[in-house]
Amino acid sequence: MDSQIALLLAQDGVVNGAIYALLALALVLVFAVTRVIFIPQGEFVAYGALTLAAFQAGKTPGTVWLLLGAGVLVALIDTVMAVRTGSLNRLKRIVLWDLVLPVAVAGLVLWLEPAGLPLMVQVALSLAVVVPLGPMIYRLAYQPLAEASVLVLLIVSVAVHLALVGLGLLFFGAEGSRTTPFSEAQFALGTLTVNGQTLWVLGASAVLIVALYAFFGRTLYGKALRATAINRVGARLMGISTTMAGRLSFTLAAGIGALSGILIAPITTVYYDTGFLVGLKGFVAAIIAGLVSYPLAAAGAILVGLLEAFSSFWASAFKEVIVFTLIIPVLVWRSLTAHHVEEEE
Amino acid sequence: MKQRIPLLLFLALIGVGPAVLPEFHVTLLNYIGLYSIVALGLVLLTGVGGLTSFGQAAFVGLGAYATGYLTTAHAVSPWLTLLAGLAVTAAVALVLGVLTLRLSGHYLPLGTIAWGISLYFLFGNLEFLGGHTGLTGIPVLELFGWKLDTGREFYYLIWLVLLGAVLATQNLLDSREGRAIRALKGGGLMAEAMGVDTARVKIVIFLIAALFACVSGWLYAHLQRFVNPTPFGLAIGIEYLFMAVVGGAAHVWGALVGAGVITVLKQWLQDLLPKIFGQSGNFEVIFFGVLLVLVLQRAREGIWPWLRRLVPLRSAQRHVAAAEPLPARQMPAPGTVLLEVKGARKAFGGLVANNDMNLSVKAGEVMALIGPNGAGKSTMFNCISGVDPVTAGEIRFLGERVDALASRQIARRGMGRTFQHVRLLPTMSVLENVALGAHLRGAKGVLSSSLHLERAEEARHLAEAKRQLERVGLGGHLFEEAGSLPLGQQRILEIARALAADPCLLLLDEPAAGLRYLEKQALAELLRRLRAQGMGILLVEHDMDFVMGLADRVVVMEFGEKIAEGLPEEVQKDPVVLEAYLGGVE
Repeated sequence: MDSQIALLLAQDGVVNGAIYALLALALVLVFAVTRVIFIPQGEFVAYGALTLAAFQAGKTPGTVWLLLGAGVLVALIDTVMAVRTGSLNRLKRIVLWDLVLPVAVAGLVLWLEPAGLPLMVQVALSLAVVVPLGPMIYRLAYQPLAEASVLVLLIVSVAVHLALVGLGLLFFGAEGSRTTPFSEAQFALGTLTVNGQTLWVLGASAVLIVALYAFFGRTLYGKALRATAINRVGARLMGISTTMAGRLSFTLAAGIGALSGILIAPITTVYYDTGFLVGLKGFVAAIIAGLVSYPLAAAGAILVGLLEAFSSFWASAFKEVIVFTLIIPVLVWRSLTAHHVEEEE
Repeated sequence: MKQRIPLLLFLALIGVGPAVLPEFHVTLLNYIGLYSIVALGLVLLTGVGGLTSFGQAAFVGLGAYATGYLTTAHAVSPWLTLLAGLAVTAAVALVLGVLTLRLSGHYLPLGTIAWGISLYFLFGNLEFLGGHTGLTGIPVLELFGWKLDTGREFYYLIWLVLLGAVLATQNLLDSREGRAIRALKGGGLMAEAMGVDTARVKIVIFLIAALFACVSGWLYAHLQRFVNPTPFGLAIGIEYLFMAVVGGAAHVWGALVGAGVITVLKQWLQDLLPKIFGQSGNFEVIFFGVLLVLVLQRAREGIWPWLRRLVPLRSAQRHVAAAEPLPARQMPAPGTVLLEVKGARKAFGGLVANNDMNLSVKAGEVMALIGPNGAGKSTMFNCISGVDPVTAGEIRFLGERVDALASRQIARRGMGRTFQHVRLLPTMSVLENVALGAHLRGAKGVLSSSLHLERAEEARHLAEAKRQLERVGLGGHLFEEAGSLPLGQQRILEIARALAADPCLLLLDEPAAGLRYLEKQALAELLRRLRAQGMGILLVEHDMDFVMGLADRVVVMEFGEKIAEGLPEEVQKDPVVLEAYLGGVE
């Protein structure tokens, strides 16, 4: 290996690492607020990328129908609950968020014919289709079990992951897709060529991380999420709705996931089940951070990206084995340094 | 006999199955059997023990590949490769277990996902295991010259193994070791205080589950006669967990129900869905995912408990056979110093909960530890019993330093305790909860428990539990669920559990709380009798009438420190104590 290849691999590693970092941040966020280990995060990556690809290919992606279906289901359940508890004033919000919004998005998609539109409009539409699925899935799968143990929630996550992968196959088929790059530009940096898309990924990741930082540090909703993460009961006593916190964190996670997918779709071919492995690598990073620390998670993600890039050069067949075996020494290190909080789980 | 009718009916149906069913159904039953063996391991691990694994398919793969490789490349007899597979699986599981079982809660399942993926890619990328195409030409199993080369013949082997595994698991759960396993879920700290080595128990059930999976893989390899990596991937590992959860993860038969339901459903959906959607693919996972979420939301116990209610038969044992009493400890002579605490200090970060505490308890006396709420009495208890060790200072029990020992090692030396916040296994019977207290007085291990070769010892344990329950006045509640007792009686149950360990020093944390007047009198009477037999008792209690009528000596604590010590009547007159309890007179 000469320095040229090493630089190339490092570039690869950092780009993938940036994506893993975003996913790791979302995973830490969801876990801290809801205690859900969000395995389906990867499906949002695939849905985001493949919805955009379907737009560019001039097709209507199946995620649009999923959005409509999930919206109707949530609206039905919430309406029944609202009628049962006599809180009819909720109906307006239910209709607006679960029926009007999905129908408006679907109408826009069908009416606009996104294939001919500028890339940024396509991206915005893809996000509009995929992101609302986050809070809807929270409502359908997790909210009825919000007080269950971490373990039960984890099994639910795995179940949701499976259902979404199956739906992904149904919507997008078994073939993979690539989307057009955000930028065709190329820069020479010494001996290294840097693609415009690489800069896009790094730039978008940096912007998102700063935005999240500002959101949690400066806004009321961000502070409410942090309060819920620290103490659910205490937050509820202060008037913070844990349901709201759950839906909000799932919205953020879905947004980060879908955006990550959109960012990597021009670099790698995305299949309906690609998201799972990508998401799991985000997980390895999140676990390095003990599922609590955001900066550590980002650092861990870069480490995972670099490890993956270099092991694909030396032992490409064993790339996944190496990356996922890394988690075991990390877990051991965590278990040795973590203080005992075993009781009252 | 009547209780056994459903079981015999089931066995008869299984027995005649291959003779009357078409080939396709026999194949389906073969697979249900293979999957059930793996799911059974998960019942033990997840449903009973509370540890979750998504990686069992990888252990199935180890069993299958061990025999696949050794029989094809080195022509080793399949019966020897079973042993080889078990050895490899045990070694891998032991390493993974030691590494990941220390972790609390959710890290373990995440770790299992990681190794599930790693081992799968390893199978697919190792040259000598045939890569992604796998190994072919695995030989037929032969038993005394009888070739098991059709599904119908193999069927009997699979179901014999499965039923054997079910029986062994059922036996194991109904034993001293089984109580320790059941105590893991929700009671790790209590189990340790009863002398259970919880780390070891976790490794044991993890190994058993892995070995069951390995046997299933070995059978699979010789049924299929070829292996490739696909059936050992993470997706299948997840499916095994689904089977256990849907069937009823806390019940042995739930594994069979779950494996049956999921396998048949999968078969049916795999035929139906591609026709509906007009394309081929594993669409059944959509339904499995939704089904599992619904099961967890609506019926978290799974199908088996519901199925059981349809058959109104109760097989619960209703009497305890008489048995030779367990050997008892030689009690120290009255007046011997049992416990000595010198300069004990306990700090949680910057908060000092106990500072420079000194006290002692002698055989045949009741020592009361009193003080206002938050004085640090329960912390002192936890330090003494090793639940939460002291930061500094010295604790001696029977002359030996115990401040660095784990709670189960201290329990073994003859110290029994109850908890301020009752720690019982609420769905287990009163009798079994108390029998758990006698854990350290048994020696029979997992193997003899699985084969029920330890019935004599078990009978002695149950008889001991019954004797202690009668002693504390709960003899009429032996077979009730412990959680159904009123709180006061649950505290008394904890005393019986502590007594079942045959201690010479008893630590009681607010035993009289929640008791009515007559019950309190009965409790005081019991403690007086224990004292007369030479037991040392350290008591934390808020009921002053109860304490002053019973205690030989009193230590008063406030703000983590001792403020007075002496005879009850002296302490009652002590101005410092009066100020601590009633506030100073300005």
